[in-house]
Amino acid sequence: MLDHLILDNGIVLAILTLAGLSAVFGALLGFAGERFRVDDDPVVEQIDALLPQTQCGQCGYPGCKPYARAISEGDGINKCPPGGDSTIRDLADLLGRDVQPLDGDAETAPRVAYIREEECIGCTKCIQACPVDAILGAARHMHTVIADECTGCDLCIDPCPVDCIDMLPRPRSLEDWQWPFPEGPGKRTPAPGLIATDRSSPAHEAIHG
Amino acid sequence: MSLMHAEQTAIRHPGDSGRLMAWVAIATLPGIITLTWHFGWGVITNILLAILMGWSLEATVMRLRRRPIVATLRDNSALVTAILLGASLPPASPWWLLLVGMIAAIIVAKHLFGGLGHNPFNPAMVGYALLLISFPVPMTQWTAPLGLLSSQAPSLSDIVFHITGLSGTTLPDTWTGATALDAFKNKPETVMASEFWATSPLPEGARTAWYSVSLAWLAGGMLLLYQRIIGWQIPAAMLGSVLLAATVLYAVDPSHHGSPLFHLLGGATLFGAFFIATDPVSAATSRRGKLFYGAGIGLLIMLIRTSGGYPDAVAFAVLLMNFTVPFIDYYTQPRAQGHSRPNHGIKPPPSSNEDRR
Amino acid sequence: MARHFDFPGGIHPPARKQRSAEAPLRSAPLPSRVVLPLQQHIGTPAEPCVSPGQYVRTGERIAIAQGMVSTDIHASISGWVRSIESHPVPHPSGERASCIVIDGDDKDEWQRLPVLNWRQSHHAELIERLRHAGIVGLGGATFPAQIKAAIGEHHRIDSLVVNAAECEPYITTDDVMLRTHADDVVEGARLMAHLCGAERILIGIEDDKPEAINALEASLRASGTDDDAPIALRVIATRYPSGGEKQLIKRLLNREVPSRGLPADIGVLCHNPGTLRAAVQAVREGRPMVSRVVTLTGAAVNRPGNVEARLGSLMCDLLAAAELREAEVSRLIMGGPLMGFELSHTEIPLVKASNCLIAATQDELPTAPPEQPCIRCGACETACPAGLLPQQLYWYARSHDHDKAELFNLFDCIECGACDFVCPSHIPLAQYFRAAKDEIRFRRHEALKAEHARHRFELRQARMEREAAEKEARRQARKAAIRRRSQDQGLSEDSQPTETTDNAANAVMEDDIKTLRIAQAAARAAVKKAEKALARASETGEGDIDDLEVQLATARENLRTTESRLSAAREARENAS
Repeated sequence: MLDHLILDNGIVLAILTLAGLSAVFGALLGFAGERFRVDDDPVVEQIDALLPQTQCGQCGYPGCKPYARAISEGDGINKCPPGGDSTIRDLADLLGRDVQPLDGDAETAPRVAYIREEECIGCTKCIQACPVDAILGAARHMHTVIADECTGCDLCIDPCPVDCIDMLPRPRSLEDWQWPFPEGPGKRTPAPGLIATDRSSPAHEAIHG
Repeated sequence: MSLMHAEQTAIRHPGDSGRLMAWVAIATLPGIITLTWHFGWGVITNILLAILMGWSLEATVMRLRRRPIVATLRDNSALVTAILLGASLPPASPWWLLLVGMIAAIIVAKHLFGGLGHNPFNPAMVGYALLLISFPVPMTQWTAPLGLLSSQAPSLSDIVFHITGLSGTTLPDTWTGATALDAFKNKPETVMASEFWATSPLPEGARTAWYSVSLAWLAGGMLLLYQRIIGWQIPAAMLGSVLLAATVLYAVDPSHHGSPLFHLLGGATLFGAFFIATDPVSAATSRRGKLFYGAGIGLLIMLIRTSGGYPDAVAFAVLLMNFTVPFIDYYTQPRAQGHSRPNHGIKPPPSSNEDRR
Repeated sequence: MARHFDFPGGIHPPARKQRSAEAPLRSAPLPSRVVLPLQQHIGTPAEPCVSPGQYVRTGERIAIAQGMVSTDIHASISGWVRSIESHPVPHPSGERASCIVIDGDDKDEWQRLPVLNWRQSHHAELIERLRHAGIVGLGGATFPAQIKAAIGEHHRIDSLVVNAAECEPYITTDDVMLRTHADDVVEGARLMAHLCGAERILIGIEDDKPEAINALEASLRASGTDDDAPIALRVIATRYPSGGEKQLIKRLLNREVPSRGLPADIGVLCHNPGTLRAAVQAVREGRPMVSRVVTLTGAAVNRPGNVEARLGSLMCDLLAAAELREAEVSRLIMGGPLMGFELSHTEIPLVKASNCLIAATQDELPTAPPEQPCIRCGACETACPAGLLPQQLYWYARSHDHDKAELFNLFDCIECGACDFVCPSHIPLAQYFRAAKDEIRFRRHEALKAEHARHRFELRQARMEREAAEKEARRQARKAAIRRRSQDQGLSEDSQPTETTDNAANAVMEDDIKTLRIAQAAARAAVKKAEKALARASETGEGDIDDLEVQLATARENLRTTESRLSAAREARENAS
């Protein structure tokens, strides 16, 4: 009676088959998930590797690693101004999420902290604030920034009681210069070195006058 | 960045992509003239209509895509596609047939894939194959080679009347005739090849007409080779494999297979070898890859001609080989200097190629 | 003639060498002011050692090399240092860089280094001399010569290749210089072979330089002792880019420089003839590098030719001496038309890398037409001398798919511009590749920097943790001290915990101590590992030593943290029992 109902009725048969299959595969997946479980979360490391490591805390977390952990637990990927759009893109790629616009103002050029040493009172507050130990100095002696180690995170600005720290654009050398990408089909790519406006006026004058 | 360009300096170099395409267009002239001589003004009307449609379609798409129109038309790719499709269709094809073909070629096969340089398939052949599948009747009715000056040949006004599509899809019986390949394909299994030819199955002068058209395409191809517009690899490999396969088949069973010469000159083989298969965009790029690509087309042509459902097979063979291009390119990647073997764009095992920088 | 081998691809651009090759080598007039960039070589810029107002003589050192890959800079005229300032330099960016400006006194008083006889001097002395004379490769890469000379210490070199192919259009520097100074070049080759221990010397030269070939043959017949390495002159058919280091080695020796490797990896050292001459002058005459031969050519120049000019001379002066028709110049190029770059104006100093200046008219080198879509014609692949697939690289470079571009061997591209030259769609392929390479390098650099910042952050975290752990340990120690004191005084009976809770707490503490012991062992192992990594790095000179030091410090902090925690836990156990 029941077997007739099942065998004669295509839909019931199909549903039962599918249910059976899903039960089998579900069990298999569950077993595999238990058997091959990875204990520590490698995705946090991967996310951390994509973050710029300025340790600036602009994301609202104390450093890049905590933010990486927060992202892996579902926080937004658009809270890192120093990383900017490229980091958001990389994170979106890694996590298979949508690219979101940056939350906050985009960082402009890379910057470096500079202490106006004559104004520094040697309070060591900035030294304690620096996440990468890039400020040297002792109490009641003026402090100075190791420019190469500074990540430009701004964290030393607020603690300074006399406002003697400036964020200056990082000096650029010729080594930092990159060949620009050509502009693509349909465009005439100006030779680098000749800025479009140069081509007509100053360059001409320099050669001709 | 090179501040010196071949086009501006060298003599035997086609230079510009637009000039390259223009040379292809010029090289089709002997073939077109011969076709017209044998098959009448319908060839010219085909091509002219196709060119007009090609330009308008290209301009429309460029307008929709907000790209410069004139600069794009100057690359002459639409012109070449139109000429090739126009020359492949039966003379005096009705306008709607041409339009459907050109839409498939320019819009579907080219621009939907991203425009010139991005199309994986040869646009003209996409148009042709679509028409052949969709409208088999008008597509297989070739005019008889009555000759341009013959009194029986349809007059220009007849042709115009036919192009408008008012006369229906079939040509008047007096005009039509099967192509040599078509006739041979449809010969009854019991009839020997020699008996078949003895019955003179084709309209008078058809074989001569087809052979001379093929030779005219060959002449155009030679011009392209001389001008270094195309490389020798694809035509040579394709013609070589057609000849080889035809010779083997003919040697095994001459009574049911056409002679190698018949396969070489009887259909669109030479046209395909020099004008269709050599389309750089959809062909394989490496030199070795081009040999495989050409040989594959030749073999497919013979396969379809002997055991497939269509009398001629250049379009299908080219399209099928277009599918294989990424695969061919992948396996025929040249070995870069300083590497022991090509790495096919795959990450080598970590030990073998340690980063020295 | 020995058999010649071949590299794939290559092109035959119009040579246009005739106009500048006809004139004999001239000396440029002594400039009244020179501008000497601190970086005229690959590597770290030199550090100035003069101050404004100081009098310097020609050949006097004015900037000192910094680090391994760097070289000294010398005054190229005698006079007073005017300033050390930012000045436009020949660079594709058109940007400025710091330069030493010297106002000349027209006396050209020299200060030379002591004369050496290279056959009798020590290797170390000769290598030091190359460094102090500021010798760099004059073929274009400007690689400091002393490093190449000392390469024999790490690599076994069997062949020295003199790269006189000079394949790029317009440039005739080596051709014309060889006609008059072939003897110096041959002697320089012997000097370099002596230094690197090469058993033979091969001179590769293209067959479009018959006079230079004759001069070389004559000087080969005339010179040399039996001890010297044998020199073979190999004349090869003209084809661009035979003068590429890797291409020439392939052609002369049929050896391929491994990807990302150096010629030294296959026992070859390659030198430009100009470098060899400069090296021999530095040793034999004690003359530092203060001048170089430069080709001045182009249709807008009335007196094309090669001049020996002082470094730092302004290009406008050099071109004026070559009778430049200013109104007709449409583009000014430093280097050749395939690998060079355009200059935005002429108030730019001549540097060690400047081998050629082309003042071209519009007809001569017309502006490139707009880029068209790639039609995959494969012309670039046929032309590529490195056996790459420029059209594939182009797609990946354009879409910034750097991983894929690298897998298609982007970094094997020598940027010769052959693909650009043949591209019917006028795609500036080489520029795409340069841009992609720069972007990849930049990203790699940023990643390293981020990694370093992370390590420093971790060090700080570790330090703070250690401080907290030490504080806790001290607290426990104090507690223990108090307890002992009270025990001594026999007041322990008031702190008798119940049996059950005591046992449970004890078990937990035992567990804690066990975990901490394991952590301590792990931390100790981490310190060992970091120490080893650092030792290896300082031995081989590879890797970022700074960063490894930070990692070692972090590991040490961690070790101290675990130690403090362990001792705190032990004290706590003592306190509890």
